[in-house]
Amino acid sequence: MAHQWVAPGRRFVIGVPFVWLIVFFLLPFVILLYISFVDMGNDISPFKPIWDSNTGLLKLKYENYWSIFRTGDGGALFQTIYIEAYVRSIWYALCTALLCLVIGYPFSYFIARAKPGVRPALLMMVMLPFWTSFLLRVYAWKGILADQGVLNQIFMGLGLINEPLQMLYTDVSMLVGMTYVYLPFMVLPLYANLVKLDPRLLEAAYDLGASPLGAFWLVTVPLSKAGIIAGFMLVFIPSVGEFVIPSLLGGPENIMIGRVVWDEMFSSNNWPRATALAVLMIGLIVVPLAIYYHYTGERE
Amino acid sequence: MAEVDSKKNYLVTEKLVKRFDEAVAVDEVDLSINKGEIFALLGSSGCGKSTLLRMLAGFETPTSGRILLSGQDVAKLAPYERPFNMMFQSYALFPHLDIWENVAFGLKREGLPKSDIKQRVGEMLDLVQLGAYAKRKPHQLSGGQQQRVALARSLAKRPKVLLLDEPLGALDKKLREQTQFELVNIIEKVGVTCVMVTHDQEEAMTMAGRVAVMSKGRVLQVGSPQEVYEYPVNRFVADFIGSVNLFDGTLSLDEPDHCAAQTAIGEMHLGHSLSGTLGMPVVVAVRPEKVSISKLPPTNVSHNLFSGRVKEIAYFGSYNTYIVVTPQGVRVKITEPNGSHLDLLDITWEDDVHFWWDDTDAVLLRN
Repeated sequence: MAHQWVAPGRRFVIGVPFVWLIVFFLLPFVILLYISFVDMGNDISPFKPIWDSNTGLLKLKYENYWSIFRTGDGGALFQTIYIEAYVRSIWYALCTALLCLVIGYPFSYFIARAKPGVRPALLMMVMLPFWTSFLLRVYAWKGILADQGVLNQIFMGLGLINEPLQMLYTDVSMLVGMTYVYLPFMVLPLYANLVKLDPRLLEAAYDLGASPLGAFWLVTVPLSKAGIIAGFMLVFIPSVGEFVIPSLLGGPENIMIGRVVWDEMFSSNNWPRATALAVLMIGLIVVPLAIYYHYTGERE
Repeated sequence: MAEVDSKKNYLVTEKLVKRFDEAVAVDEVDLSINKGEIFALLGSSGCGKSTLLRMLAGFETPTSGRILLSGQDVAKLAPYERPFNMMFQSYALFPHLDIWENVAFGLKREGLPKSDIKQRVGEMLDLVQLGAYAKRKPHQLSGGQQQRVALARSLAKRPKVLLLDEPLGALDKKLREQTQFELVNIIEKVGVTCVMVTHDQEEAMTMAGRVAVMSKGRVLQVGSPQEVYEYPVNRFVADFIGSVNLFDGTLSLDEPDHCAAQTAIGEMHLGHSLSGTLGMPVVVAVRPEKVSISKLPPTNVSHNLFSGRVKEIAYFGSYNTYIVVTPQGVRVKITEPNGSHLDLLDITWEDDVHFWWDDTDAVLLRN
């Protein structure tokens, strides 16, 4: 092994993504981490240096994190708007991921079972919305869900309802928007997984007495577990920090963590707390990811 | 009814047809398979044998015709309702389940009590000698072991008919010969009726009690391996099973106990009769191993004696193959067991040789 031939330039090829990640991910994260431990500044320099200018000693301000869990006037632990926003964000992200899974699974299954010649066209249709601006697509939902929107007019035209249904600026409109936007992130990994499923395994299951539904539960679902987890993560993670869709489609009372960070940053100008919230959110996302990779790594 | 009779016509196909769009994959196949026998469907790829097997398993619905098991039509039953189990060509073992769970899969679907399942799976794993591997995943086993798991899984439900799709196709040659006998032993021990599909005539000949030779969706001949080999009904079967020399000619003599055909290299005599008119086109089929070869003319051979020049010799270890070209330019393939007679040692390229065969060693076929 010691004399294994190494392609020239191999280090370079591997090095490029490393450098990229260090410069554009690790370095900004270190800066975030740094700001999250310092004192708030003023309008010109929003945060103070981490060491005391007089004594030159390191001075970490844990209060930035502590205040996330307890309000300044000594209220009960965990009863802050930040914790509420975290819980709400994770809850809606979970709902979004589940909705995407429920809608995306039959979708992916159908594409994977379609004739090989048709599949690229179907996949293209899944990705087609990406060709339009994300903001435009979210705005389009406003037009559909508004009180005078398309959906309400259809319902009233059919005589199903007399008064317009309040759909916009509710949980429903927000979940519709998030599910709509993130669906392709569920469909693509699921498709990639399901298309590899050997149809003979299903035949073997039928042959051994499993009904079509039984074969689906006992063979298709377990074998697509990796795709389900990958799709779930790909939807869940960006959904937790989603800022635009809740702002445009969500109700005013449903403040999500992305919104809270934005407010702390730009309204309160409290950069240290905003970064502390962001660091904590990254932690919230890294933990499930670590569990996921631990789990998938174990199998091989 | 007598014991012998009740074993006949256990699994029957009646005018079974499968059409894919306009292509006919299986064309009016009538088969009758006896209880407890190993029956092989033999043919080259695309001959319809796999489609026929898949219709038996229930994965394809027949366009028309019936499949009868003990007189009951099963053609309309879904695969999971049929008492047939299949061993797939690539085994199709469930990769996410261990060996024990793979074998237990079918039993669990039957809703058997846990203790029964445990006992039956144990029996099956013992039968294929894989008891020690129960907790392994399929990918941790060798190809031969996977094949045995697949066999155990397909036998676990005690199917009325076992279907084998190219059972040895995924194994390498050496392992195949060994597994062949093992497989037959296990199937005979269980006593299950077995329909297998193969493109390998050697596999069909060694494993099956009877063979159906298929081509273009039709069954050309059904018989024991010996019958099909020694008495092929037509040119295709003769050519497909083993290797054969075929001489086109016309019927020149037709007596009750013998006949003769005039071919490009001379008249050939045969020890059987053929009801036909003189002058009709026929084919004489002679297996290469039935032909004798010598540099010196044989003394007591009156007919079917020809001569030519050796163009190619191939040594296969246990036997040699000679390609002899006659003055008329006809290539004749001759195989001789290695060391069968000393004269063979002298034969080399470009030698002039004599070759001959007995009247009873050739078959005359209608063209």
